[in-house]
Amino acid sequence: MRIRFRFTKLGKIRFTSQRDVARMWERALRRARLPLAYTEGFSPRPQLSFGLALPTGAESLAEYLDVALDPVRAAEAGVEVATLPATLNALLPEGIDIEEAVVVERSKDSLQQIVTSCSWTMRLAGLTGEELSDRVDALLAADAVPITRERKGREEIDDLRPSVLALAVSDPESELVADPTGRTVGLVAELSTQPRGVRPVELVRGLIAVSGALPGASLEGTATDGHPGRIPVLDRACRTQQWIERDGLRQEPLLGRVVPAGADRAVHALVRAS
Amino acid sequence: MESLWPRIEPLLAHVTKPARYIGGELGAQRVVHGPDAVSWLLVYPDTYEVGLPNQGLQILYEILNERDDAAAERSYAPWVDMEAAMRSAGVPLFSVENHLAASAFDVVAFNLSAELVYTNVLNLIDLAGVPLHAADRTDDDPVVMAGGHCVFNPEPLADFVDCFVLGDGEEVVSECNAVLASFRTGPARTPGGDRPALLRALSRVPGVYVPSCYDVAYDGTTGRLAGITPRFDDTPARVEKRTITDLGDWPYPRQQLVPLIEVVHDRLNVELFRGCTRGCRFCQAGMITRPVRERPADQVRTMVSAGLERTGYDEVALTSLSSADYSGIEETVTGIIDDPSCSGQVSVSLPSLRVDAFTVGTAAQIQRVRRTGLTFAPEGGTWRMRQVINKLIREEDLYAAVDAAFSQGWKRVKLYFLIGLPTETDEDTLGIVALAKQCVAIGKRYHSSVTVTASVGGFVPKVQTPFQWFGQNTIEELTRKVHLLRDAARPVRGLTIRWHDPKATAAEGIVSRGDRRMGAVVEHVWRNGGTFQEWSEYFDLDLWTDALAASGMTLEDAVYRHRTEDEVLPWDHVSAGLHRDFLWQDWKDALAEHGLPDCRWTPCYDCGACTGYGVEHVVASAVPPAGGSQGTGQDLSSGGQVPVRFLSTAPSGAAPAEVPGGSAVALATEGRG
Repeated sequence: MRIRFRFTKLGKIRFTSQRDVARMWERALRRARLPLAYTEGFSPRPQLSFGLALPTGAESLAEYLDVALDPVRAAEAGVEVATLPATLNALLPEGIDIEEAVVVERSKDSLQQIVTSCSWTMRLAGLTGEELSDRVDALLAADAVPITRERKGREEIDDLRPSVLALAVSDPESELVADPTGRTVGLVAELSTQPRGVRPVELVRGLIAVSGALPGASLEGTATDGHPGRIPVLDRACRTQQWIERDGLRQEPLLGRVVPAGADRAVHALVRAS
Repeated sequence: MESLWPRIEPLLAHVTKPARYIGGELGAQRVVHGPDAVSWLLVYPDTYEVGLPNQGLQILYEILNERDDAAAERSYAPWVDMEAAMRSAGVPLFSVENHLAASAFDVVAFNLSAELVYTNVLNLIDLAGVPLHAADRTDDDPVVMAGGHCVFNPEPLADFVDCFVLGDGEEVVSECNAVLASFRTGPARTPGGDRPALLRALSRVPGVYVPSCYDVAYDGTTGRLAGITPRFDDTPARVEKRTITDLGDWPYPRQQLVPLIEVVHDRLNVELFRGCTRGCRFCQAGMITRPVRERPADQVRTMVSAGLERTGYDEVALTSLSSADYSGIEETVTGIIDDPSCSGQVSVSLPSLRVDAFTVGTAAQIQRVRRTGLTFAPEGGTWRMRQVINKLIREEDLYAAVDAAFSQGWKRVKLYFLIGLPTETDEDTLGIVALAKQCVAIGKRYHSSVTVTASVGGFVPKVQTPFQWFGQNTIEELTRKVHLLRDAARPVRGLTIRWHDPKATAAEGIVSRGDRRMGAVVEHVWRNGGTFQEWSEYFDLDLWTDALAASGMTLEDAVYRHRTEDEVLPWDHVSAGLHRDFLWQDWKDALAEHGLPDCRWTPCYDCGACTGYGVEHVVASAVPPAGGSQGTGQDLSSGGQVPVRFLSTAPSGAAPAEVPGGSAVALATEGRG
């Protein structure tokens, strides 16, 4: 028996890593006394399967977790899926909130394999809305956007462009990007996860690359003096949706709920690029 | 008090492990400050991952927050990247609960578990924006306090810490709070500009040492310490440690912190007992935490089951200085594993296992769920060496324990040893390889491939122990011994030797036994960038030797020199209860290779820890655990020698002669080869 949860990662807890979140879940599931299925061997671990890793520091409205239960003990205990969100939310740290839980069929495809793209909202500092708009246009118009990415500890040049499925400056009124300090500007994007996921910081790297600055220029830090152009710095990022494709339709990974394109949370700002 | 979070948050995108700084642990208190509550910032001067599990700090955190007139938050040393970001953004040291500036607290209290963190203490006081030297602080500054094992020689930090608290903190922390509360009215910490009066009032609390209430005198000709004497009639000449009489009265922590990120000892920890009277002469913890006070078995069970249920951990460590000595340890472990509420998925780990109390039964129990590593600590390579250090475990004990482990399925065993012990010869050093080699051979009987790791540390003589007079081995000598071991172990398949950097051992020695003048050395190291000296990537011996030279000191005098019986020791004015003549007699017994029995199961030899404070051992069983060889009345003959000497019956002639200065020199030659 496999249960799929959708949960958030918001606020201070965004500074924990994917691994940390996994451990929080393990503890919460044990506290809830769920009849977990364990791996075999000398060091049995509960069988948990997370979707695409969320970068440390990013928030999310759409994280997923599959939990395998021991079918015999689950039947005995009479696990009621509908009550699980409330039970577990009381045991999970602040900022991690389960919004939905459903029983899913055991299939061979892991969450990691079936998710094809993710929607993001971001806040960028270091440039105006107009400057950002120019860069978004430049990126969407470009045939290729080479950026440096780290892979297994080595830097390599990769074309970002095919992975950018949608990109737009966000409505400043949108609550997901609202910044009371007025210091930042909002951006929404849909980024492909196949063959490799694109991280928000890599998208920002692409926005720098298309405006003439050198690829791989310092990004994560504060803007340095003497660099050509003004450098956008990623201030906040939030994954708002993860998408799977099924029967030619874009779907939310809790099966049975078909979501047409454009119906995601950042709908008012999202523009399909192609 | 205003939260610094809006200024901290932007820094976190650019540092490693940002969750070190966000708080939010399960068990973290919702701390509300008020005009009538003394505010405490409890600081562990190392990284969050190292500091968070510290049980002493967690116990005080709960006790203080249970009081209406106290409010306690926590802080840890920011890692170097975060510190740089904080300094450049002008963000001071902050608490992890409410992200308040450290300087806004009434008390900033440090846990001192290791000497090499002292430079971090200075760094954190500075990062807090508090004047570094106690003498420069005003009524607006927090009181800087320190507790923990290292405060049994407080002098190297005496210039920087306003008051030290000795021994168990459970009771004294509330007494200190009462004094602080009486001086606190509203926002003014010490009304009337009376910080000296506050410190004097604290110095009258038993167990509290206030350095500014004492005069330090040095000998005009030798330059050595001549004495540390109280400046006031009502200041104690000798500060005695605090001891709680019954651990059962203190079932803390009740709400152990469960961090959001992975930390060391990331598991439920339940303290089985405090104190140890095995009497290992190198072991400071065993000397300064006497007597043995066991937690009642039913309380252990309750704390384990409630703790597992509350935290969701799947591992529990039953902690103490020698967990296998707990009365009924096997039943306790079995009870936890068989508890149906644990779903059969909880593993139990027993740190500090003594080999003579480790049995097949214990081995079988703890490996039922998950087989974690097994570590034994024979400490000395030969029986002679182990008599000197009073770790009276026989080769047969070790082999039986290792056999039990391998027979129960373990394939890896780790052994801890010390080198540079008093009277150590190369035969003793090489005995480490001989023992480990035999352990490999035992393992081969059960498995085709086994690994035995001998982990070798350089011995640092610690204060308030019988070895406090011993001159530490030089770096060169320790290095030579490491090479001896490495060469001897090379042909042995399945044996790995690991060793601690002899340079770090030397630096630890510099601080361990220094007097108040060592404060300038610690400050020099810190001013030259020497933080995180416990971390090999930041440790730099040159900083320490430069600092010694700048203060006109040498490694020879500070570390390698044997102390004499009549020498005034910098820590003579603080006491862990142990009579100085007991320690000296034990030192002489060590040199004469005489063991001393465990007084838990044999008559008292009056070390002072019980008699001086009117306390006693609290143990559930009058007999030692299975397999114990020490003080048990069992046949202890090994190699025709009788290791245990009962002081009451030993003929006086058997005691070794006084060790005069000449012997000390001879020892020095012998000790350093």
